[in-house]
Amino acid sequence: MTATAAASAKGRRRDGPTSPRRGGKSRRISAGPLFVAPFMVLFLLLFLAPLGYAAYLSLFQERLIGGTVFVGLDNYAQALGDSQFLHGVGRVALFFLIQVPVMLLLALLFALALDSGLLRLARVIRLGIFVPYAVPSVVATLMWGYLYGPDFGPFAQLSRDLDLPVPDFLSEGWMLGSLANIVTWEFVGYNMIILYAALRTVPTELYEAAAVDGAGAWRIAWSIKLPALRPALLLTLLFSVIGSFQLFNEPKLLMNVAPDVISSSYTANLYAYSLSFTGQQVNYAATVSFLLGLVIVIASYGVLLTANRRSTS
Amino acid sequence: MTILTPPAAVEPTAGRTAGKDRTRRHRPSSRRRSTPLTIAMLAALAYFLLPLFWLLIASTKSTQDLFNSFGLWFSHAPQLLTNVKETFTQDDGVFLRWLLNTVMYAGVSAVGAALLAAAGGYGFAKFRFRGNRAAFNLVLGAVMVPTTALAIPTYLLFAKAGLVNTPWAIILPSLVNPFGLYLMRVYAEDAVPDSILEAARIDGAREARIFFRIVLRLLGPGLVTVLLFTLVATWNNYFLPLIMLNDPDLYPITVGLSSWAAQAQNGGAGASSDMLALVVTGSLISILPLVVAFLMLQRYWQSGLASGGVKQ
Repeated sequence: MTATAAASAKGRRRDGPTSPRRGGKSRRISAGPLFVAPFMVLFLLLFLAPLGYAAYLSLFQERLIGGTVFVGLDNYAQALGDSQFLHGVGRVALFFLIQVPVMLLLALLFALALDSGLLRLARVIRLGIFVPYAVPSVVATLMWGYLYGPDFGPFAQLSRDLDLPVPDFLSEGWMLGSLANIVTWEFVGYNMIILYAALRTVPTELYEAAAVDGAGAWRIAWSIKLPALRPALLLTLLFSVIGSFQLFNEPKLLMNVAPDVISSSYTANLYAYSLSFTGQQVNYAATVSFLLGLVIVIASYGVLLTANRRSTS
Repeated sequence: MTILTPPAAVEPTAGRTAGKDRTRRHRPSSRRRSTPLTIAMLAALAYFLLPLFWLLIASTKSTQDLFNSFGLWFSHAPQLLTNVKETFTQDDGVFLRWLLNTVMYAGVSAVGAALLAAAGGYGFAKFRFRGNRAAFNLVLGAVMVPTTALAIPTYLLFAKAGLVNTPWAIILPSLVNPFGLYLMRVYAEDAVPDSILEAARIDGAREARIFFRIVLRLLGPGLVTVLLFTLVATWNNYFLPLIMLNDPDLYPITVGLSSWAAQAQNGGAGASSDMLALVVTGSLISILPLVVAFLMLQRYWQSGLASGGVKQ
């Protein structure tokens, strides 16, 4: 699918610009960079420049004596032996391994159910599941924080009425699960919509042919719909890698409610934030940000490579 | 209306998907609906709507009633209007200020980002020039760079440029949306036929005029998709304004609400106890505009997403 699309696009571009008169061609060549320039200039200033600046800062240290000193890769050596940083990365990696499969599996099941044509109220269900995406993560976390809470959260109220032990969703043992629940609530609908949109573009002839051959609904889902969803699934997976490794908003806000459970280095991103804004360790914060970015890029490429290897074998 | 939406109604304007989808109108309508599946999906729906239902109920309660009545039903003295009024008058009406700031930041960022992505995507898709492929691949690679890894160095750079604690600190970084550019390029390749461009050029139209008069219209659904998703990203942004702004008059709603929530938490049940009702009501008010925008514009973003999700 990808290969044919790319090939046809390339073919079109090749015969497109060369076919018109010479005047038209030269104007096209001169106009292209002008359309691209505004985006690229801002991209350089606001994307590549900060990235380069972070890399630059991470090579220095501020010292009481001697001011700012070039230290080479010392900051990186320090970060790789810093248990707070490593624990933060480990925690988001664990979060990723548990939360993302659950979220994407739910999104996939919902998308398949919506596409099956077997649902009543499909439109209401589709939009209702998607609505949390439009809720800011700050509001989502505040809401769930209150719902989890021991004072006026409905779960605690119900347990008290029924004389059951009150579940402490904000305790150390539950916290990662409680965070995972918030993120899942926020993003299942978004991923579902991407997958559903991809399913809608599969031509029905394929299903009809399969049905004629005697394939049932499950067989069609497994053999036709899932392979067709591969690019869209990969896209959602990549976004999930990026999202979960930079987990920040939810733990930062739950810190108010559960300061004893969520430390200032609970996630790697929270650690970088604390380092630069409460610890004033700008250079080390830049190092941690840069390393976290590196971890995410490596994880993303890992996902891509695994997916590609599986598709060729 | 409540049964499965026919694809024609979902994607009326999508250049590529509508064409491809034409076959799907012949979806066998004789297929039976499944009641067990519907019930299972309604149970899932209940989970996603539960917190919002709670928020709606909770915003009708005083702080006392939040503690003293059952969370998932109204108390005996609902006071939604009182809460709304108090939310808007607390701290000299700062809440309205936060709301307007958010609308401004999100609106300017979304329109700007969508136009930049549309022009760039069109440029990359329809023009051949030196460095086209290299530049596009550079942007594509940047999709994987986490924005928060950039936030702290961006803050340090902005501090040097004197941009910290100004609206620009929020708007400028939101203008660059690498995924939006990718989406627009994919979209422009199919939605903008070369023949129309050639015809316009033969008529002597200038490139800028072609772009604003013809291309932007053809890119409609893709444009709305990038616009809406940038709108959401900026509206919901918390990390960037948290580090960039320290003047409460410049806060967007997210940072403002979280500062109120921290006050309510620290105040305990004492002096600022009525803050809690304000946080809850403010939360409800802050999510309404986006929910309405998404529901009203659904036909656009759904078809726009279709083209981005299929061609990876």
